[in-house]
Amino acid sequence: MDKRKLLRHLDDYSLILIFIALFAVLSFTVEYFFSWQNMIGLALSVSQIGMVACTMMFCLASRDFDLSIGSTVAFAGVLCAMVINQTGSIVVGIAASLLAGGVIGFINGAVIAKLRINALITTLATMEMVRGLAFIASNGQAVGVSDEAFFNLGNTIIFGIPSPVWITILCFVVFGVMLNKTVYGRNTLAVGGNPDASRLAGVNVDATRIYIFLIQGVIAALAGVILASRITSGQPNAAQGFELNVISACVLGGVSLMGGRASMSGVIVGVLIMGTVQNAMNLMNIDAFYQYLVRGGILLLAVLIDQLKNRGQAD
Amino acid sequence: MSDLEFKAIGKVFPGVRALSDISFRVEAGRVHGLLGENGAGKSTLMKILGGEYVPDEGELIVGGQVRRFQRSRDAIDAGIAIIHQELQYVPELTVMENLLLGRLPSRFGFVQKRGAIAWTREQLQKIGVEIDPLARLRDLSIGQRQMVEICKAILRDAKVIALDEPTSSLSHRETEILFRLVRELRSQGKVMIYISHRLEEIFALCDSATIFRDGRKVADYPSLAGVTRDELVNRMVGREISDIFGYRARALGETRLAVRGMHGPKLAPPADFSVRRGEIVGFFGLVGAGRSELMQLVYGADKRDSGEVLIDGAPLPGRHIRNAIAAGLVFCPEDRKEHGIIGCRSVAENINISCRRHSRRAHFFVNDGAEAEIADGYIKLLRIKTPNRQQPIRLLSGGNQQKVILSRWLAEQDLRVLIIDEPTRGIDVGAKNEIYAVLYELAAKGVAIVMVSSELPEVLGVADRIVVMCQGRITGELARADASEQKILSLALPVSDSPQRLAA
Repeated sequence: MDKRKLLRHLDDYSLILIFIALFAVLSFTVEYFFSWQNMIGLALSVSQIGMVACTMMFCLASRDFDLSIGSTVAFAGVLCAMVINQTGSIVVGIAASLLAGGVIGFINGAVIAKLRINALITTLATMEMVRGLAFIASNGQAVGVSDEAFFNLGNTIIFGIPSPVWITILCFVVFGVMLNKTVYGRNTLAVGGNPDASRLAGVNVDATRIYIFLIQGVIAALAGVILASRITSGQPNAAQGFELNVISACVLGGVSLMGGRASMSGVIVGVLIMGTVQNAMNLMNIDAFYQYLVRGGILLLAVLIDQLKNRGQAD
Repeated sequence: MSDLEFKAIGKVFPGVRALSDISFRVEAGRVHGLLGENGAGKSTLMKILGGEYVPDEGELIVGGQVRRFQRSRDAIDAGIAIIHQELQYVPELTVMENLLLGRLPSRFGFVQKRGAIAWTREQLQKIGVEIDPLARLRDLSIGQRQMVEICKAILRDAKVIALDEPTSSLSHRETEILFRLVRELRSQGKVMIYISHRLEEIFALCDSATIFRDGRKVADYPSLAGVTRDELVNRMVGREISDIFGYRARALGETRLAVRGMHGPKLAPPADFSVRRGEIVGFFGLVGAGRSELMQLVYGADKRDSGEVLIDGAPLPGRHIRNAIAAGLVFCPEDRKEHGIIGCRSVAENINISCRRHSRRAHFFVNDGAEAEIADGYIKLLRIKTPNRQQPIRLLSGGNQQKVILSRWLAEQDLRVLIIDEPTRGIDVGAKNEIYAVLYELAAKGVAIVMVSSELPEVLGVADRIVVMCQGRITGELARADASEQKILSLALPVSDSPQRLAA
C-alpha cells in the first residue's frame, strides 16, 4: 500500500524530478551553464513561450487547439511598430496591437464555437491570413521603431531580472489562479472533459471557448509587442513555428490533448525543460539543424510517457 | 469439455478491494447468470475474464487449463468473448468489414467484394438476423450492433461468451432474437455467462446463477428451479426490499410546469402538458417515440420551432438552458456517460458545476470551502459511495454517478421542476430504490417531476400520472389508478400494431 502511494507521488512529480535531474546533470557537465548570466539568458529565451503557454494551456484543456499564435506574435509586433511610428504614442501602439490580437482571437473563437468548424482548420486558416497581413502591412520589411523609449519595455532590468521575465512570471501567477480558483478555469476544464455534459449542466460552453481564444490572442499580441521591443523592430517573419513550441511545452507539462486535464506547475516545468535543453545545446555549440531533431524527440517522448500514464487509469 | 472455473479470484485497486475470494464453476452448455448491484464486482470479474485486468489472487481455469491472461489478446486467443455494455466496434466501417477485419478475401491485392458480401449475409442469416452487410455500424441500432459482436465471437469459435447487460437498450423484439440466439449457443455446448439487472430475464434464460455483493460471492444457485424473485433481490441487496418502488400518495398543489405548443424537428404535432406541484408524471413510449426530444426542447437543449414553457405561471425569459436553470427547471439526461457526467473531473466538481454561481465570490472566484461543504453534504445525504469528494466521477458505479447528477440539481437553491430521463437505466435494485426515495422526497417538497422511462413497471410503480407518446405525439394520459400495462402499451404502439386503439 505504502509502496503504491510512493509510486503515485513519484508519478505526480515525475516531471519536476526529470527537470531537476536534467538541470543538475547540465550544471556539472556543461561549461557556463550554471551561471547567473546564463540563467537570465535562459529565462529570457523562454519568456515569450512562457506567456503564451499559459493561454495555450486553457485552449488545450478545453479540447481545442490554436495554431495562429505565431502569426499573431509577428503581426502584433509589426502593427505596434507601425502605429508608434505613425502616432508617436507608445501607449496607442501597444493598445492597437493588443486589440488586434483580441480581434484575431475572437474571430478564432467565434468561428470554432458558433460555426462549429474544427479548431485545427480554423486556426490553420487564420495562421496563414494573419501572417499574410503582417507581410502586407510591412511590405515584407522589418519595421524599425523610431521612439527609443519603446525599447525599455523589453530591456529594463528590475532587481537583476529583465522585464519580459517579470511579465512571464506575472502571467504564470495570474493564469495559475485563473485555472484553479475561478469559475472560468473550472468551466474550461469541464468543457474539455465533456462539452455536451457541461452544456446540459448550464455552462455557457460557447462563451467559454470564445473567451479562451480571445485571451489567447491578447497574450500572443503582448508577446509580440515585447519581442518587438527587445529586437527594436517589428519583424513580419518573426516567430515561425512558435505555436508548435508552445504546444510542445504544454504537452510536455502534462496538459492532455483530450482536454480536461492541465496544471500551471506542469506547464511551467514544460516550458523550462524546453528552454533548458535549447540553452544547453547552444552552449555546447550543437548545430541549429540538429536542434530540431532533439526538440521533436523530446516531444515524442513526453507524449509517450503521457500515454503510458493514461493507460493505467483508462478505467 | 470446456468448462470455466474461477478459483479464489481476488483483485485490489488502489484504496479499494474490488473482489475477494470468488470461486464458482460454469459447465459447458449452460447459461450462468451473474447478479449483483452495480459495484458488486461483476464487471471487474468480466474484465479479468477478458484479460483487461490481471487478478491479484486466484486462478482462472478454462477447459481444464489454468490460464493467466496478461492482455485482451490472450483471452481472445483462449476462446473467450465478452460482449460489453459499451460495445467495441469501428463505427465508420460496414458490418462486412467488421466481421472480416483482417481477413478480407482478396485476389492480387484487390478485395473481392461480391464474395465477401455473400459470405457476410450467410453468416448473419445463420444466427437469424437480417442486417445489410454494407450498412455502417454507426447507422445500426444498439441491438443490431450487439448481434454483429456476437456474430464475430461465433466466427472466431469462442468457447466462452459473456454478455454484460445486453438488453439494457434493446427493444422487445431484439431481446427475443437475442434470447433465441443465447439458447442456440447453449445447445452448441458453449459456456454462456449472462449479466443483467432484469430478474425476469435471469429466470427466463439462465440455468444457474451466482450472486455478488461488495466484491464477494454471497450465493450460488446450481439450479434456479423454485427460487423466488424476492429471494434473489434480498440476497443481492443484503436487506429486505419488499416493494422497490415504495410509492406513497402525496397531496398535489397548483400547476407548476406548463408546456404549451412545444414543437421541434422530431415531434409530429405541437405538444402540451402540465405538471402540478408535488406531482410525478411518467412519460412512457417506445424508443423513438419523441419523449427525450420533447424534454430536450423544454429544457432548451435543442432549438425549438415554437412553444412556451411556464413555471408557476411565469414564462421562461429565454430559450437557453441557463434561463431554465435560473427559473428552477433542471434536467438529468438519459445517457449519463455522454451527457451527464464530466468523467475526468471530481465528484465535487460534478456536483458544484451549476450551483457554484450562488457561492462564487465577485462573480469570478470559486469558493472552495463552500463547495467542499456542499459536496460532502450530498455525498453523505444520498450515501454516494466514493472514497472522497476528489475521486474522478468516472470511477463511480452507475447508480452513484446518477446520485451525483441528482446532487448537482438538489444543490440548486430554488429547484422547482426536475425532468429526469431514464432515472434508473443500468442501475441496480438497491440504488434504484434510493433514487426513487429522492424523487418522492423532492415531490413532497413541492417539486414537479417529469420522469421519462422505458420501463413499464417503473412508470406504473412511481408515477402519479402517466403520459404516453408514440411517433412524436402524445397519444394519451392515464391516472395512476386507471393505468395498466395493457392500456399503456396500446397507447404506445403505433396504430397499425394496435387494433384495440382503433376500437377505443
